Amino acid sequence: MAEQLLKIRNLKIEGRSDEVWNPIINGIDLDLKKGEVLGLIGESGAGKSSVGLAAMGFTRDGCRISGGSVEFDGVDLVTASAAVKRGMLGKRIAYVAQSAAASFNPAHRLLDQHTEAPVQHRVQSRSESELDGIELYQRLRLPDPDNIGFRYPHQVSGGQLQRAMTAMAMSCRPDLIIFDEPTTALDVTTQIEVLAAIRDIVEQFDTAAIYITHDLAVVAQMADRIKVLLRGDEVEEADTRSMLSDPKEDYTKSLWAVRSFKRPSKPAVLKGATPIVSLKNVSAAYGKSPVLFDVDFDIHAGRTVAVVGESGSGKSTAARCITGLLPPSQGHIEFNGEALPLDYRKRSKDQLRQAQMIYQMADTALNPRSRIGDIIGRPVQFYSGLTGTAKRKRVEELLVQIEMEPSLYIDRLPGELSGGQKQRIGIARALAAEPQFIICDEVTSALDQLVAEGILRLLAQLQDDLGLSYMFITHDLATVSAISDEVVVMKDGVLSSRVQKQKCSSHRTILIRIFCCHQCLK
Amino acid sequence: MGSIFQIILQRLALGLVTLLVVSMVIFVAVNALPGDFAQAILGQGATEEAVTQIRADLGLDQNYFLRYFGWLGNVLTGNLGISFAQMNFASNMGGDQLVGVAEQIMPRFRATMFLAGVTAMIAVPISITLGILAALYRNSLFDRAVNIATLSSISSPEFFLAYILILVLAVLNPVFPSLSNVYDGMPLGEKLNRTMLPALTLTLVVTAHMMRMTRAAIINLLASPYIEMARLKGISPMRVIVRHALPNALAPIINVIALNLAYLITGVVVVEVVFVYPGIGQLFVDSVKIRDIPVVQACCLIFAAAYILLNLMADILSILSNPRLRHPK
Repeated sequence: MAEQLLKIRNLKIEGRSDEVWNPIINGIDLDLKKGEVLGLIGESGAGKSSVGLAAMGFTRDGCRISGGSVEFDGVDLVTASAAVKRGMLGKRIAYVAQSAAASFNPAHRLLDQHTEAPVQHRVQSRSESELDGIELYQRLRLPDPDNIGFRYPHQVSGGQLQRAMTAMAMSCRPDLIIFDEPTTALDVTTQIEVLAAIRDIVEQFDTAAIYITHDLAVVAQMADRIKVLLRGDEVEEADTRSMLSDPKEDYTKSLWAVRSFKRPSKPAVLKGATPIVSLKNVSAAYGKSPVLFDVDFDIHAGRTVAVVGESGSGKSTAARCITGLLPPSQGHIEFNGEALPLDYRKRSKDQLRQAQMIYQMADTALNPRSRIGDIIGRPVQFYSGLTGTAKRKRVEELLVQIEMEPSLYIDRLPGELSGGQKQRIGIARALAAEPQFIICDEVTSALDQLVAEGILRLLAQLQDDLGLSYMFITHDLATVSAISDEVVVMKDGVLSSRVQKQKCSSHRTILIRIFCCHQCLK
Repeated sequence: MGSIFQIILQRLALGLVTLLVVSMVIFVAVNALPGDFAQAILGQGATEEAVTQIRADLGLDQNYFLRYFGWLGNVLTGNLGISFAQMNFASNMGGDQLVGVAEQIMPRFRATMFLAGVTAMIAVPISITLGILAALYRNSLFDRAVNIATLSSISSPEFFLAYILILVLAVLNPVFPSLSNVYDGMPLGEKLNRTMLPALTLTLVVTAHMMRMTRAAIINLLASPYIEMARLKGISPMRVIVRHALPNALAPIINVIALNLAYLITGVVVVEVVFVYPGIGQLFVDSVKIRDIPVVQACCLIFAAAYILLNLMADILSILSNPRLRHPK
């Protein structure tokens, strides 16, 4: 029986908003033994990160621990003085944050940040710690481990930064590391590499860890035990195998079921049919740096074409070319067989109407000062010329279409909606133009699985009702298999393959094919 | 590093263009002043002939374009001209020892730079230290006290602060002299001693801006993930602010410091008058009074150049404080 390391009892956390303290965590117990990995899973807003930080005796600004105890190796971090906590943090408990790019200080070199904790805690001298850092970089399979530490954070890629941050957390050989969604912000392929590196090093040093994520596939890889949270309450906890094979609670089952959503295959496109949108040998550049080379694909009526690839592969640039925001340097774009003017300023209102866009960050894509009715009403008025009650009626119809009650939401501000609801408003705004074709740019990647699934189902429903065509930009393969009829893979600005979905027996085949393509191109 | 030199060269060229435009504005503005040197010097009882005579002597009867380009050409060759007052004196009273505007301004300018330098030496470290401490103990009693003190000192008129300092440090406790008539060739210690009261007055005036910007720029960053990360590494609060927040907050702080230094060079007439300090500000005001155009124009040009140069330096330093620009990918 291994030694008990962390004992959280009846932990309560409150957050302050509008001068009132609202509960975030309503009494959670958590136990962790030495060398054990606990997966903490739940949607955003479930309080996972708050629990993770509380395990370090820390709360974000505007939050407070209002009750319970966090006992780490016999010391209660809730009541301990700031100096005692500082002695523990970094040295015995370390933290790996979600976005390594934001969590490394842009003003200092990686190795300088790496050695800070060991030197400040007097664990190692500066030179010992540097050598140790280089060894850790090696173990985490970072390229050029001898020199990468002398770079600044902006000179290193996201996946490498995340591994460097894991190395930094390891610098004092802590007993416990809190991993707060360390792979969420990464591409699929990088995700796998980082995950493997983290798992190996945690095993090598026998470090206990709390692994926070909303991704089941990840947690199944990492954790010995899994705890599921929902809105500040524990749903259930069990060891990983029994949790995966036999979840007890309905909520857990629903989490597991998300990945089962799948569209039935559609019949093949008729030969000779004119595609809705067709890219003909399109190349594009930002300023002088070319990003897109000779890309060529079609999107047919009523179909969904998923465009996948790592970030920087030119997916969003292709979308910007279609909408005319970035006129291509070569090639042209056809809509229903007719060539479109390359620059959106030269397109007619009707041409503009046909292609609409839904954005990744619904937060930033909606004007925070406009009410929902105005956000959707503006394109209604602009494209169809409706005003007054006719306009309001049309907005209400659109809200019904996206399954939101008009009377409840029409006068709200975006800030008063949840992430999924904001994304629905984004969809309604695109629908307001009555387009034939919608570009969905990573529309679900900022959302939780359950919410994302709801959005995917809604998009599928709208496609069936209105005969829409989608260009679906994503890097999430589960989304691809759920919604797409056809997959276009991009890498480094080149179209590397196209796959008709009905030709593949299951989505596994697509995955394998995509990874094969990546391998071939490397 | 190549790109940085390119940026610096670009800014430098832009600064020169700005200076050219400013020279036009100066010329137009100075000539738009009501009355001219001849009227100012001869007073109310001037006869028409005398006024015309002086105008002709000084070349004031020529057309604007000729005068502007004549002046510009002279400035570009380093000749700032000769003060009207001197020319007039020479032509009426004889004597041919004419001192050019440049020689006239130089000692004044050196004195102004000395005062500005001493003030900056006192004010900048104090403001930044106070700003850091205020950010560290934000919303505490200390923070509020510092804010109230600096804000009250910036809100009070300069002459009022000057007289209070004279009262406290020269009359009640004779530490520093209340007259600051420094001159070239004075020993440095004596010069510093005499400059101290005006420098302290100006310190009270400029500290608030710099201190509050330091505080705000640091506090602005305290919510960023890398500050949270530093805290979670168990780093002490002081080190978090000095090592993790301050290097990223430098750009706005540098800009405010530059603005205040420019103010110290160009805007200290009142303090000069109170302490009888022989700076450029007094000369400037006197010259405007008698419409001594060559001196006024030269002073304006120096002020403009100081502003442009300081802002340019602030720009360059801000660029250098950003590792993304210092170490491109």
